Amino acid sequence: MKILTLIRQVPDAEARVRVQGSAVDLEGATLVMDGMDEYGVEQALRLKEAGAGTEVIALAVGPKRNEDALRTALAMGADRAIHVETNVALDAIALSKLVAQIASQEDASLILAGGQQADWDSQALGAATAERLGWPQLTWTNGLEVQGDKLVGRHDVDEGNESFEVSLPAVVTTQQGLNDPRYPTLPNIMKAKKKELRKDTLEQYGVQPLARVVGAEIQARARLGKVIDGKDAQAAAAQLLELLRSEAKVLA
Amino acid sequence: MILIVAEHSNGKLSKSTAEMVTAARESGREGPITILVLGAGIEAVANEASKLAEQVLVGDVASLAQYDATVWAAAVTQIAREGEAHTILIGGSRSGREYSPRVAVKLDAPLLEDVISLKSAGSALQAQRYTFLARVTETVEADAPVIVVTVKPGIFTPAQPEMNGEQYDVELELPQPRVAVTGKSVEKTSRVPLAEADVVVTGGRGVGSPENFATLVEGLADSIGGGVGATRAVVDAGWRPYSEQVGQTGKTVQPKAYIALGVSGAVQHLSGMGKSKFIVAINKDAEAPIFKVADYGIVGDVNEIVPALIEQARNK
Repeated sequence: MKILTLIRQVPDAEARVRVQGSAVDLEGATLVMDGMDEYGVEQALRLKEAGAGTEVIALAVGPKRNEDALRTALAMGADRAIHVETNVALDAIALSKLVAQIASQEDASLILAGGQQADWDSQALGAATAERLGWPQLTWTNGLEVQGDKLVGRHDVDEGNESFEVSLPAVVTTQQGLNDPRYPTLPNIMKAKKKELRKDTLEQYGVQPLARVVGAEIQARARLGKVIDGKDAQAAAAQLLELLRSEAKVLA
Repeated sequence: MILIVAEHSNGKLSKSTAEMVTAARESGREGPITILVLGAGIEAVANEASKLAEQVLVGDVASLAQYDATVWAAAVTQIAREGEAHTILIGGSRSGREYSPRVAVKLDAPLLEDVISLKSAGSALQAQRYTFLARVTETVEADAPVIVVTVKPGIFTPAQPEMNGEQYDVELELPQPRVAVTGKSVEKTSRVPLAEADVVVTGGRGVGSPENFATLVEGLADSIGGGVGATRAVVDAGWRPYSEQVGQTGKTVQPKAYIALGVSGAVQHLSGMGKSKFIVAINKDAEAPIFKVADYGIVGDVNEIVPALIEQARNK
């Protein structure tokens, strides 16, 4: 069974996000493989190590710099990588068309994608890809095993969580708690340099964006940033309750 | 027509449905607003929905008792096609954001996801949404004969129940569910639902223990009539149920006041609560990032300050 694992390269959680003109400017920001996608790579590797997978293929679509994220996936243990290099920003529905084509070409039986990456805050790619392929999908998964031709696991839903069972092929989106991703070791980083990283172009897949970003702004609400002295607990409590009444107006 | 898919739970229409009605009205898109109610035994929900729109379509089918993304997507797509809907609004709940991409693919439509505003710009539909862990507000635009939108909960003012819409039963051709649910854990709380509370009191690892969480966080929430929230670390440690988690992988809340007790304030947590109107942080670590977004910060011991708050709030 081939496993396709999708990678996005996003700003590090601590990185400062800037807006230039009407778009987010990532120039100079520290960029990393998205944390949620890391759970996907790790899970793919674990399934392969458990005998359920034969090959793990990492896929990224985006600018040249995405090679770094793919090399990280290869250094973690992915067998090979595909990079569709483009500067066109694709929305999730458009991107799913490309991912579905690659999954079919590669004859993949399982696709792992991040639940909601730290750049576009979208949850749509996994489900849209599943629909294009006619596969079921499991989102916000925090437990996953392969048993024969079935996937068994646990995931979060609207009002709690569910255990599930579903036939392969399928799409699974990840979240924190699924596993503890490994760090690439130096020997594996060296080995990764020799692994295949195929370059494709967007034109090969005939995909156009369906929605476009026309503006971006950082709307940090101006916070009061006032400090109440906590040494006298009773006085601090009285002051805070008064503020909740008079300023926030949430208490009678 | 503008099609809204109702959200409901435990036999009651969710507030998000009335919020979507407002979003539909603000969108400037033409045509009557129709609400589609899907489920099993949903008469009461359909009655509530008919107070919000001119027309309510009711798909009351036993097999819809259990949510399944492929089944929901098929039902919504069928009704959207039959009613020639040009705009489809779906709630930005976990399930809504899960089946909406399928509807978009089936209808060959763009998807505007988790929007916080909606307006027409010529023939296009323009929306705002949060990105980069809610640090950026992006404006996105789509222009197509059919557009699917998911609406972020808790943003739009709920429409008043003042209509008297007609109800129609619909016949649905549904596929078999693809996912077998083998176990379920539904988390219930007797308090105000987190997403609807005016005040949310959230505890982080800094409160020290599950027992302290109950005394301090629940105690304060109860004394001021608030909802209870928890950080990822607290939920991972098994102190609190997932239903209380606030942040990137939990719920997004936007209360009038958010009180963070012993919360350090990781970016992933801030993305779930950073839009709250008024933020209070109590933490003994003066360097905690939560203070950067707080309106009022108390550097101090939660074990001393919170009991004082509870006592004074109760004696008021």
